[in-house]
Amino acid sequence: MRDVAVVSFAYQAVAKEPTRSEVEMIVPVVREAVAASGIDRTEIGFTCSGSLDYLQGGPFAFVSGLDAVGAWPPIRESHVEMDAAWALYEAWVALQTGEVDSALVYGFGKSSTGDLHEIMSLQTDPYYLAPLWPSMVDLAALQARAYLDATGRDEKDLAEVAARSQRNALANPAAVRRGDVDVDALLAAPVTHDPLRDHDIAPITDGAAAVVLAAGDLARSVCARPAWIRAIEHRIEPHSPGVRDLTRSESTRLAAQAAGVGDGPVDVAELHAQFSHEELLLAEALGLGGATAVNPSGGPLAANPVMSTGLVRIGEVARRITAGEATRGVAHASSGPCLQQNLVCVLEGQD
Amino acid sequence: MAGKLVGVVGVGQTKHRAANKEVSIAGLVRTAAKEALDDAGMTWADIDAVVIGKAPDMFEGVAMPELYLADALGAAGKPMMRVHTAGSVGGSTSIVAAKLVAAGVHERVLTVAFEKQSESNATWGLSVPMPFAPPLVAGAGGYFAPLIRAYIARAKAPRHVGHLVAVKDRLAALRNPKAHLHMPDIDLKTVEESLLLWDPLRYLDTCPSSDGAMAMVLASERVADELPGPVAWVHGMAMRSEPTMFARRDQVNPQAGRDCAKDVYAQAGIRDPRADLDCAEVYVPFSWYEPMWLENLGFCAEGDGWKLTESGATAPDGDIPWNPSGGVLSSNPIGASGMVRFGEAAQQVRERAGDYQVPLRTGKALGHAYGGGSQFFSMWVVGRDKPAA
Amino acid sequence: MAETFTAHHVLEYPGGYTRSVGPVIGRFLTALRDGRIEGVRLADGRVLVPPTEYDPVTSQDVAPEGDHWVTLGPAGRVETWTWVREPRPGKHPLDRPFAFALIRPDGADTAMLHAVDCGSPDAITVGMRVAPRWRAERRGHVTDIEAWVPLADGEEPQPAPLRVPAEDEGPVTGIVSPVRLEYDVTAGEATTRYLRGLAEGRIVGARAPSSDDVYAASRGTDPRTGEPTTVEVEVRDTGVVTTFCVVNIPGLSELAPEIPYVSAQILLDGADNTFFGLIRGIPVDEVRMGLRVRAKWADELKPDHTSIEWWEPTGEPDAPYEHYKDYL
Repeated sequence: MRDVAVVSFAYQAVAKEPTRSEVEMIVPVVREAVAASGIDRTEIGFTCSGSLDYLQGGPFAFVSGLDAVGAWPPIRESHVEMDAAWALYEAWVALQTGEVDSALVYGFGKSSTGDLHEIMSLQTDPYYLAPLWPSMVDLAALQARAYLDATGRDEKDLAEVAARSQRNALANPAAVRRGDVDVDALLAAPVTHDPLRDHDIAPITDGAAAVVLAAGDLARSVCARPAWIRAIEHRIEPHSPGVRDLTRSESTRLAAQAAGVGDGPVDVAELHAQFSHEELLLAEALGLGGATAVNPSGGPLAANPVMSTGLVRIGEVARRITAGEATRGVAHASSGPCLQQNLVCVLEGQD
Repeated sequence: MAGKLVGVVGVGQTKHRAANKEVSIAGLVRTAAKEALDDAGMTWADIDAVVIGKAPDMFEGVAMPELYLADALGAAGKPMMRVHTAGSVGGSTSIVAAKLVAAGVHERVLTVAFEKQSESNATWGLSVPMPFAPPLVAGAGGYFAPLIRAYIARAKAPRHVGHLVAVKDRLAALRNPKAHLHMPDIDLKTVEESLLLWDPLRYLDTCPSSDGAMAMVLASERVADELPGPVAWVHGMAMRSEPTMFARRDQVNPQAGRDCAKDVYAQAGIRDPRADLDCAEVYVPFSWYEPMWLENLGFCAEGDGWKLTESGATAPDGDIPWNPSGGVLSSNPIGASGMVRFGEAAQQVRERAGDYQVPLRTGKALGHAYGGGSQFFSMWVVGRDKPAA
Repeated sequence: MAETFTAHHVLEYPGGYTRSVGPVIGRFLTALRDGRIEGVRLADGRVLVPPTEYDPVTSQDVAPEGDHWVTLGPAGRVETWTWVREPRPGKHPLDRPFAFALIRPDGADTAMLHAVDCGSPDAITVGMRVAPRWRAERRGHVTDIEAWVPLADGEEPQPAPLRVPAEDEGPVTGIVSPVRLEYDVTAGEATTRYLRGLAEGRIVGARAPSSDDVYAASRGTDPRTGEPTTVEVEVRDTGVVTTFCVVNIPGLSELAPEIPYVSAQILLDGADNTFFGLIRGIPVDEVRMGLRVRAKWADELKPDHTSIEWWEPTGEPDAPYEHYKDYL
């Protein structure tokens, strides 16, 4: 495979964007990522984005999103109705063909506009599940209980994940939930979606993120320490939660195995865990041990800009590699109810 | 073309119709996918990855339906992606799938596109009224009809040329059992007397609204060479986008379309598309878009598109048949329509187009799709023979 | 930036989605209507409920008829659950707090999602026995089971209340799914500036920073470069019809109740982009490319698009084709 690296990353998130439209949120993020990449806008080979029409409540979110990019002269461009981590995957594939040497990837969404948890009910089977309107939190809570029951873990283990996330987020300007909290204080709060409490559920977040990819020599020429994508793999599982083993993430395990996560030490891992139990479950599927710093940014429990959350995981790992804080890291993205679909990306710095 | 060789080794599609009430959404996409697998001599287990495309989720009210459709399409334990690029999505989905093979990531990719428009209503789905957006006062046809008027003025085209296309494509569809519209009695008079919807567009100048799905199996050279069936080799593929609106935008003959065609021809060694291609399957949802795209795609000089249409050159027995399958004017499952174009082009060079097979001369065909406000383009050229090294 | 406008937005397909269900889901829903839960035995021997047209692991066909169809339960076991404290009226199966649970009916190897009506989260446990509480009025829908209820040791499930089939009732072939979502949409800063201008009887444009191009109704950027357009310029309320169509379809817009009417692209004096507007005040068959028009402002100006009701001829001579040919 061709050497491809993340050479820049930009990201903004707030709990509720009060004034700007989606396009107006994307503009500074794309401009920052492109400027930081050292590649001129008109020289970027391919552009790919991820967004969801149901977040804005109308069709063609990505069409207006294009106004933020500067698509003139006409550009090679595509869009996935998926988290922008999969847009990055599509861009990585385009780079692998040799057709282009660089790519801009961005994702955006304003979850605060509608009722995110209810909207995500529409991701489910339209005959058997969606007519009952289980929210994404309800479905996650079903998985949380199945996981806790099977592993003997309990709500204290969940609170520990949440507390660490909030503490890590103290250093993250994009975090919308952060704090120096302790586990006992968290456990004093009421259960809202048994067995989950509010701190176990990712906060509503508006945001946009952008990444620039470059291949080989171009990456080396524009970035002192590119974050090389050593492998990127994704897998999906059957849809219905009732046919799956909810106590583990088989698709994450398969993707991690294909990506060779276990072939070396993992300094840092950023996991698309929108619920506390998902972080535990994913860490197991990825085979992460105690030496790995998991979600040092605070992860999605600190900020969850839906449709960019997965891309942000890749950006956060890349940022630490480029800064020399890590040598080998794993980024994970997820989609669908109860972690139905999972992507694993192994990134490395080279000294 | 960049990367490794890609071959189309299986093609399948549903019978398109206004409302396919016998199937669920999964049943619809599986009908096309199973036909493509059978054509390729493969089973679900043989497939490495699945790429699915469709137009806005609000048509069916299922968000990110790749999730619900994962196990319906044999993707359990495999990679699956969902592409959405407006009307060009069927074409861009094909290209995303083909790039997985060209990049050497996979060797057997199933790609599917669909729309089940009868679950709601296309006019509603395309123009959900949004706060603060300028009010849409004229519907989808109202967006394109003024551009058609501009074309007619610019090219000084006679008013009946659009109607010629409306008749030609509907007559072509009579040879295609999968086409939605079968109108054996259609003639120029019928079109001219059909309801004037968006002057200059009459009812029969516009495409129908269909339920339908299209699927293809794409394979690496190694896999394709071992299969007994015919292969359509991808000689070139390209996508281009430009903004919906900007200063002095040429909306009639968009730069993105011209650039995309130029790119795909360069990859495929096409110097003169009219001479070097055996046929083209082009996204023509309104009749006048045939002459407009003839110019945009370089089949003639600017201003001459209508003359080419009028001469009969684009008819099934003309020198450069356009839409021998009947085209979008005869079947329009929106999210799948682009992939139908790409797949029909493949069927022609595989000599699998049945009663609407065109004679092969160069053995190359163009598949084309566009979307949004004529701003998203995707195209491929496929050939009977492998591209020259 | 001053406050931007927000507005409530309802996304709802009128009447709900009309879903055809196909023969396998259709058979399951027909059985529910009959007060029975049916599943299918897959090739590997596992029993799947609710059944799909395909094996969820291998994707092999599941036939709609045959002896692989089995009647299950109706009692079952809770595999996992969560408590819904605030039911959503009109959407959730119950209007009082309930549990969502994965329930495995007796005889099945998979579980189905449904509601458990047990009063309190203290009254449900993993492994608990439950049975369906059937509706009397069943229509072939997952909510024909109103909810599941706890089953005491040795207690038998209640049979479904008898239901008299409608005359000529056939198997279930479809369901209707209402989908109503509500949003609070932000106009954004650029659109807010434009709309505020309309309330003052002005058309506010924005200048592209790296060219002299002016966008009327800018969405905040020069779309060619992605640069923010922050410099406001006023654009005149007169312009040229570059092209148009005559609409003969009734009901497309509340703003244009009478057909035929003209929808045109208009190039405003001082702007470099076109936008759509209604043309009135002239017989439809006299509208032409190049026609000079002026905004017809509403009597009551508001910060929304209704402030310009339509565009009408100024009476000036037509603009020559050369003037607007680059804007088509």
